Amino acid sequence: MARLNVNGKLRTVEVEADTPLLWVIREQLGLTGTKYGCGVAQCGACSVHMNGELRRSCSIPVGTVKASDRITTIEGLSRNASHPVQKAWAEIDVPQCGYCQSGQIMAAAALLARNKRPTDADIDAAMTNICRCGTYQRVRAAIKLAAGGVKVAGGAL
Amino acid sequence: MSAAVGISRRRFIIDSAVAGGGLAVGLSLPGAVMAVPAAAGASSASALGGSFGATAPGAEVTVWVVVQPDDHCVIRIARTEMGQGTLTGLAQLVAEELECDWAKVKTEFPTPGQSLARKRAWGEMGTGGSRGIRMSEDYVRRGGAAARIMLLQAAATRLGVPGAELAVERGVIRHAASGRSLRYGEVCEAAARLDVPDPRSITLKKPADWKIAGKPLKRLDTAPKLDGSKKFALDLELPGMLYAAIKDCPVFGGKVVSFDETALASRKGVKRVVRVGDTAVAVVADSWWRARSALAALPIVWDEAGFGNRSSATIDALLKDGLDTPNAFVYRNEGDAPAAIAGAVKRIDADYATPFLAHATMEPMNATARVTADRAEAWVPTQNGEGSHASLAEATGLPLDRCEIYKCDPGGGFGRRGGNQDYVRQAALIAKQFPGVPVKLIWSREEDMAHDFYRPISQCRLSAGLDEKGQLAGLQVRLSGQSINAFINPGSVADGRDERQLQGWFEKPGDAQLGYTVPNLRIEYAMRNSHVPVGPWRGVNTNQNGVYMECFMEEVARAAGADPWQFRRRLMANHPKHLAVLDAAAERAGWGKPLPAGVHRGIAQFMGYGSYSAAVAEVSIGTDGHVKVHRLVFALNCGHAVNPHQIAAQVEGSVAYGLSATFYGECTVENGRMVQSNFHDYPIMRMAEMPPVETIVMPSNDFWGGVGEPTICVVGPAVLNAIFAATGRPVRSLPLRKYNLA
Repeated sequence: MARLNVNGKLRTVEVEADTPLLWVIREQLGLTGTKYGCGVAQCGACSVHMNGELRRSCSIPVGTVKASDRITTIEGLSRNASHPVQKAWAEIDVPQCGYCQSGQIMAAAALLARNKRPTDADIDAAMTNICRCGTYQRVRAAIKLAAGGVKVAGGAL
Repeated sequence: MSAAVGISRRRFIIDSAVAGGGLAVGLSLPGAVMAVPAAAGASSASALGGSFGATAPGAEVTVWVVVQPDDHCVIRIARTEMGQGTLTGLAQLVAEELECDWAKVKTEFPTPGQSLARKRAWGEMGTGGSRGIRMSEDYVRRGGAAARIMLLQAAATRLGVPGAELAVERGVIRHAASGRSLRYGEVCEAAARLDVPDPRSITLKKPADWKIAGKPLKRLDTAPKLDGSKKFALDLELPGMLYAAIKDCPVFGGKVVSFDETALASRKGVKRVVRVGDTAVAVVADSWWRARSALAALPIVWDEAGFGNRSSATIDALLKDGLDTPNAFVYRNEGDAPAAIAGAVKRIDADYATPFLAHATMEPMNATARVTADRAEAWVPTQNGEGSHASLAEATGLPLDRCEIYKCDPGGGFGRRGGNQDYVRQAALIAKQFPGVPVKLIWSREEDMAHDFYRPISQCRLSAGLDEKGQLAGLQVRLSGQSINAFINPGSVADGRDERQLQGWFEKPGDAQLGYTVPNLRIEYAMRNSHVPVGPWRGVNTNQNGVYMECFMEEVARAAGADPWQFRRRLMANHPKHLAVLDAAAERAGWGKPLPAGVHRGIAQFMGYGSYSAAVAEVSIGTDGHVKVHRLVFALNCGHAVNPHQIAAQVEGSVAYGLSATFYGECTVENGRMVQSNFHDYPIMRMAEMPPVETIVMPSNDFWGGVGEPTICVVGPAVLNAIFAATGRPVRSLPLRKYNLA
């Protein structure tokens, strides 16, 4: 059994202690916005915030999570997709297939929470999630927009 | 594709892959009962809170357009949306002719069962080969135009005026003389009762008059991708659902001998261990993690079927033989290339190689199936809904009209979820053993890497001769490697005459034509098939062939002492569209102008999927050998540009796909199985490696070309040619990470 604080709600789940937090979030709590991509903390599709820090939930055994740990998933990032990162994502039209985007958005939100004006190098260092569709250019533009920058001319010439 | 009840899965795959998109003939279904399977399926599908199939309320004016009383227009989309933007582009084309309000457009996907019941009213569903828009633009536009004509006719009757006196804009029909107006929503019911005009009688708008199509509009499907609310197939939950983890024999072609399920006796939640066909074992449990953990602990004995001794070394030797053999399929033989090369002032020879590659879609293979004695349903991330349908029918033994597929937008496709519906077959075979219970099969990433249909491995030997003026007198190309058609349909290419593997060297225009005119030219292919399954892969053969042709062209140009751009230009006078994109990319990139110290340029052009592509790369190499791509400039002529914003997104995406392949991608074989298992040993390019991409979309508006794939084939060669410029040494074998460029 594990007690979890997810998106501000305390939840109790019956699972083995070695179950990855990702699968508890998805299957026990029904929050499927957090994705399975690799299971080995490589791709970042499973990214969540734990106590404000970016974490890859596929590699966190639920038994190591305390009830006092505040977990935020994409569903809890904001009401009505109102987080500046989500708004910038919409403005730039970032997603293609969309599968990795929950993780990308959670990573970008964590970056901006600790660095209000990230440089390109900061973005390179922080944004290590894999996107197979290749939305990186628009992810970068959206982060800059969310950071208060201007919309970068994008798209076709 | 054409298909008939009772055909085998393999046969279906052949038809879908070889016949291709809109060239298809109508579906023939002898004796099929035209029940409406979706009606039964809709209830269970809607229980998910999702929406599957053509179910929106309103008046169906044509099969493509449902108008609702509040003026919303629901546009039906038959092709798959897997990130490439086809949904938005097709909706733009229909909306353009419909003259509706773009702000009130919604979309829905008819199911394969609905398509079957309505005699394939929406045509081809398969989505691959960059065909989604170019092969359906004509009939979807006519479907939109027909609906507009019917809505106007209904309004004319209602107002008692001649139709010619009406004008429509954004779904509002106006009669100027009387000042009266009607909204689409007010006449949709009456319009739906009218006869649909003959599509051939309709004159479509000229692209120059487009107001919705051709514009850089935002995608229609973005919002649910921002807050986690979008349901991928992997996210489906059904009451009473069970979860399956699967392991197929790691050696391709091998089989299951036995497994010891008593080893799992103490594991919580495990329902059963089941055999899946001859080759795989699945553990079914009450959660996927429990199923996966149990599977990892399950002892399985495999029969490697004699393939356990195969390796990359044996496969390389097989392909090397294909380079050396005198017996090959001679596809083009113009003039006398061997003689021209033998008699040349200067001769250039090179052998190139590219490896197997996995698709590695972000959403791993998965499907949910529910099977009873007389009905089967499956929720599938598919590029080929009708292929999924056929696979479900075959695996369950039920007729097609007792089966239904709910298409889920795939989390990436890239060719993996098209012709071969192995994961649907598996889900069906598992669910069949749990009658009435929905079972969600999810592949682990490791299973996904181990059982792909890989991009074909190949090697290429190229020879060229330069005359005394430094002109290309002769070119000979010998390709050796695996054939996709031979895997899908061995009989179709039994004699080794497989032109598909020579994509990009085609003689005839329109698809993947070689853009050079060489006086003496010989193109040959020696088919060499290993036991590794192969299949389409975003851009597939144009990618490998683009590297071979364009990197070798760089070697030849440099041997001639010529500028690589100008050397190419001299061979392209007969190919103005190829030349136009090459020039556009070169000029935009400032070819020939000074660069910062240590930065070098490379250029490439190649053609595939009906579109013309060129790229210029700017690259530097650090003292540690690290390659940095500073800039990539593309020019693309895809004929008509339905949404330049989304086209640019596809070009940017093609860079990530193409650079991942160029720098990292390699699947190797040991002991008959794939070595790579996850992203730690099959790396994918990340943000820090993504160069700024500039995309010139330059439609010539006289043909319809593809968008999702064409530009990948110039990404690798442009970068590799810039590396050549930097080091003075060609790169002839991929991936780059095998090289030490320090």
